[in-house]
Parts: sequence; C-alpha cells; structure tokens
Amino acid sequence: MKYLAPTTIEGAVRLLSEASGSTRILAGGTDTIVQLNAEQIEPDLIVDIKRIGEIRGITNENGGFRIGAAVSCAEMTEHDGVRDLWPGCVEAAGLIGSTQVQGRATIAGNLCNGSPAADSVPAMVAAGAVVRIIGTDGSRDVAVEKIPVGPGKTSIGADEFVHSIFLPPRPERSGDAYLRFIPRTEMDIAVVGVGINLTMDASGVCTAARVALGAVAETVLLVEEAGDTLIGTHIDDAALDNLARAVSAACKPINDKRGTVEFRTRVAGVLAKRVAKIAAERARG
Amino acid sequence: MANIQVSTKINGDTYEFLCRPDETLLEVLRDRIGLTGSKEGCASGDCGACSVMLGDRVVSSCLVLGAEVEGQEVNTIEGMADGGNLHPLQRNFIKFAALQCGFCTPGFLVAAKALLDKNPDPTETEIRYWLAGNLCRCTGYDKIVRAVLHTAEEMRGQARG
Repeated sequence: MKYLAPTTIEGAVRLLSEASGSTRILAGGTDTIVQLNAEQIEPDLIVDIKRIGEIRGITNENGGFRIGAAVSCAEMTEHDGVRDLWPGCVEAAGLIGSTQVQGRATIAGNLCNGSPAADSVPAMVAAGAVVRIIGTDGSRDVAVEKIPVGPGKTSIGADEFVHSIFLPPRPERSGDAYLRFIPRTEMDIAVVGVGINLTMDASGVCTAARVALGAVAETVLLVEEAGDTLIGTHIDDAALDNLARAVSAACKPINDKRGTVEFRTRVAGVLAKRVAKIAAERARG
Repeated sequence: MANIQVSTKINGDTYEFLCRPDETLLEVLRDRIGLTGSKEGCASGDCGACSVMLGDRVVSSCLVLGAEVEGQEVNTIEGMADGGNLHPLQRNFIKFAALQCGFCTPGFLVAAKALLDKNPDPTETEIRYWLAGNLCRCTGYDKIVRAVLHTAEEMRGQARG
C-alpha cells in the first residue's frame, strides 16, 4: 500500500487517473482507517486529500455555504453561519461519533461511506444539498440523494472524489431539523433517522417540504409523498398524522438486533412528526 | 510496503521517524517513539484510550495514520505534566480516586484537558457528552466527572486570583 497526500486538486486527479490498483480516498479516516485496521479493505493506494487547501474550508457562496470535503464535523458545528442557516444539517453532523471522531470525521466521508444509517445524509438530502465531484473529465454537481446506491455503495467513480458539499441559500421562513432514534443517549448508530426541511408563507402555510429517511431502506430515502402531505397545510395535527402514515408506508427496513421491521416502520412515523414540528417552529422563527 | 519518512512535533520536541503507510499514529507513538502512555483499547475509535491532541483537536490516535502527522503538532499524555508538577486534572484524578485499573485514564485526561481548554466552565451534562467517547470498564465515571468539575472550578479560581 502507498500513502500519498497531494496538495492540489490536479495532483489528486492525476494520482487517481494513473492508479492501476484499488484506491481509497482519505479524509477524516474515521471509517477508512477502521476498515484498514480490521483488514476489511487492502487498497494499493491511499490518497489523503486533507493537504489540498481549496477543500479545507467553509466558504459563503451566493448566500449558501460550500463545505470542503476535508472540513471536520467539529469545524462545521462551530461555524456560526452554517449553524444559523442549516441548524438541522449541523445537528445531524454533530451526532456522528464521539468528540474524538467529530474532530476528524467529515460529512463528505459520511456520504461516501454509503451507510443507510449515516446521520448527516438524510439532513443533507432534505436540505437539497449538492455534491461537487471532481474526476478526470472535470467536475460535476450532483444532488446528494443520487450518491448512495446501496449499502456501502455510491455512484462516485474510482477516478473521482468529492470536492465539497453545497448547502444552498434558503427562502425566508424556512426551517430544517434532524432526529434519530437510538436506544441510548450518545455514541450509537441510528435505528431510524429523519431529516425534514420546509418553507412557509407569511400566513403560516407550508409551501415546500422535503422529507428524508435514514436506516429504513438500502439507502437513505427522499420521500416526496411525505413532503407533499405537509404542503398547503399549517402543519397541524391532521397534517402530521398524514405525514407519519406516508413516512411509515415508505419504509422498507431490515430486521436486525437494533430494531425490527415493525419497530423501525412505526418509529419513523413518530419521529417524522417530531422533526416536522421542530422544523416548523424554526421556520416560524 | 516502502516506509515513509515523517517529521513532526510531539510534546514540543521535533521527531523524525519512519513508518509503514498503514501504521497508525498510536502504533508509531508506542512502538517507534516509546511513548506508551496512549493505550490501545479497541483500535476502532470506540474507546478513547488512545486520545491525543492533533493540532487543536482531540482525536483517537488509532484512527490517524502516522504518515498524516507530517509537519503537524501532536500532544500526548506524556506532555501533560509540567516536569514534576502534575496538571490539576492529574492531581484531582488521584484526589478523587477517578481511576481503578488506570488503562482508560490517559485518554480521559487528554480529552478532559481539551474540554477545559475550550470551555473553562462546563456543566456536568457537557462533561458527560464530551467524554462519551472515553470508555471506563471499571465504571468509574462518576468520580471522573467529579474530578473534572472540581478541576474546572479550581482552575477558574486560579485564573481569577
């Protein structure tokens, strides 16, 4: 195995395009190095992208924020601007692992790891976040929900890597939130995760809503029918009941030691109601 | 696997070492440098026994490659006392008997110091969440939390004094 740490985007692209064997991108390392230590992966080349200055920071772009692929969750949760604009995304990123993990883990890595239970991914999908991917043919911008294609699998090519994730600007009277269910208070993997992002008009009627679910299917799901249950309503109890039904209907979870199919399906609906209430409160200001 | 030459600062001193590309910072610290204060509990980032400071962040050194610390600053438990003078956290861990077997203690001390450097007046809840990634299987958590709370108070008093 070789370890290389290019200092430019071009340098990283060249390494990936010229690599003959298997490669892994190293950002925070909180999944990759675990897999290396356990010998679950044995790449021929590790490309550490943390020395590329361009992707180490958070930049304001057209009223939104571009989060570089090498930005740690701790840096993101400490950033006042991002916290004010996308509190749900920041809360989700802040749930990933311990303090020690927060200092290293990245939301780009959380996405690329491809776990259906990744905490930051439903929040980013609900936010309509866009991933910038760099490869031999240049860069492409892709909606976050197009990245996961199965457990541990993504649509990112072997010669590509994530440059940054863009959290877009948002209209007035918007709010987002993320909650997960875990059987303890910290340091656990979501049994169910729900991210909701919505906008209201001046009279308190919901005009747009995106609902994303984690850990209830092979990938994180964007559930358009669930978002539709909120649009045109004041997010009252009847709307919330419809939301819960639409969310539960979209669940296709597995049975495992952390939750049964029935439990996950029911809890997804319950959590969605709670998340919608928080998002609505934030939208009302 | 060709070894990589790395130059870094550890506890203020410059070190040069060779390591394999897949060797973790924890392995480098323990087996190449001889700093055995950082412990390996799980090697998967779950237990916090290998906590060190990498720049201004507390990290699990089992989830950092040795090669990554080129040009960086690492601070370990060995650098916490000032010569023969223990850090107030170390003194209070002893005073409050906040350790039983002691295996998790270096990690708790490094992580607790990172908290107090950032937040000199943490609540008990903040301490418990901050230290959630440090496991003590002797289950001495309560004494650890008391020791950190007491140290914070003591250090605030000194800062005022």
